[in-house]
Amino acid sequence: MRPFAYVKPADVAEAVRVAAEPGARFLGGGTNLVDLMREGIERPDTVVDVTGLPFDTVDELPGGGLRIGALVRNSALAADGRVRTRYPMVSQALLSGASAQLRNMATVGGNLLQRTRCPYFYDHASACNKRSPGAGCDALDGFNRGTAILGVSESCVAAHPSDLCVALAALDAIVEVRGQEGTRRVPMADFHKLPGDTPDIETALAPGELVTAVELPPAPVAANSRYRKVRDRASYAFALVSVAAALEVRDGTVTDVRLALGGVAAKPWRATQAERLLLGGPADETAFRRAAETELADATTREGNAFKARLAAATITATLRDLSTGGTAR
Amino acid sequence: MTEIRMKVNGSVESLDVEPWVSLLDALRERLGVTGPKKGCDQGACGACTVLADGMRINACLALAIQYDGREITTIEGVAHPLQEAFVRHDGFQCGYCTPGQICSAIGMLAEYEAGMPSAVTGSRGLDEAEIRERMSGNLCRCGAYNGIVDAIKEVSG
Repeated sequence: MRPFAYVKPADVAEAVRVAAEPGARFLGGGTNLVDLMREGIERPDTVVDVTGLPFDTVDELPGGGLRIGALVRNSALAADGRVRTRYPMVSQALLSGASAQLRNMATVGGNLLQRTRCPYFYDHASACNKRSPGAGCDALDGFNRGTAILGVSESCVAAHPSDLCVALAALDAIVEVRGQEGTRRVPMADFHKLPGDTPDIETALAPGELVTAVELPPAPVAANSRYRKVRDRASYAFALVSVAAALEVRDGTVTDVRLALGGVAAKPWRATQAERLLLGGPADETAFRRAAETELADATTREGNAFKARLAAATITATLRDLSTGGTAR
Repeated sequence: MTEIRMKVNGSVESLDVEPWVSLLDALRERLGVTGPKKGCDQGACGACTVLADGMRINACLALAIQYDGREITTIEGVAHPLQEAFVRHDGFQCGYCTPGQICSAIGMLAEYEAGMPSAVTGSRGLDEAEIRERMSGNLCRCGAYNGIVDAIKEVSG
């Protein structure tokens, strides 16, 4: 691994001051950054270890929401009784990701900032616009089974790998960010960026800005929610397609719905078109399928991932069906 | 170089590490604790699993400097019924993944006792589906999974 300076700041002010220097990177659980440094993809001059900062609690917000510290470990959040009751899809998303060892290490802030697992991003011998802007993209006509189908560009088809972020997007979570100028709040919808011509720019963070917390607003609908992940093996694999859905039905009519997709875009994909179609309409199979197919109508598929549009539509339909019939959440 | 201090298998160790040294390399190369194995060195196989204050982690993705002041347990510090159960049930062939499997299983049983859910929770007790899901971070290239599951089932039952 390329040598770097290690700083463990005493407080958040020192953390953001040190990290404002070029070549600095924040270190949380290390499960992604350490791997990327070993591969020579991340080459920081300074690593700012923020794990000593006091952002490791889950606290109540007025009205029933939760404020999740950025340093809460994935396993601790998945086990939190309030999360499991009010936002089951958040717990399920976390538990479907990585392995137990990794969940014990990985932080919420780091989960938001993890980088794509596109194999060409990891392979120095391949062209990758995300790793080396302007180099080209070998995934376009390469092994692209795991790549994105929504919001893609000719520069990049990499998919965002997070499960947690899909649930956070569905819930309109707010990311609390601290920089040298103070604190600001970024809606999940704006936090991750689509690739366009600059796939190396992945988030709305300015250099040196630190994620300090994620707020989950109150969402009664989320008590009836589910995260469903489809992958190439039963456990410990990234999603081909995943769905975070919450549904409220009264007298056969959809009165509230939240829907987001994973594995299909460079960001967690909020299915706003499908939500609009569903809201106020009948809670039946035909409506679910029509909404799902409408959301996927704009998909841009490639040879290796053409199956994903149908798979995503079918998974949305099945997840909504389960939620509407009180199928057991898992 | 930074001096760090860890309690490793009950013994307090002081060592100088560069910040880029992983916990796995610190244990194996600096302290001669070679139970934790370097399989993939990228958090994919679980052969390096150790317990940090009782919690299972991948030592290959942990920087040693982040574990200053912590208590680390490797297979060398374990005396647990799982070990004999692995022998009884043929829970290994080549044995390379076994130290990680056993440390992981110890951590897993503690998590289960503490009420940690899993992606398949809803099934009854710590059954085979639960064990397989909760142990999915430990690969066995010899394919001794049936024996591993039987050994864990016997000890947890």
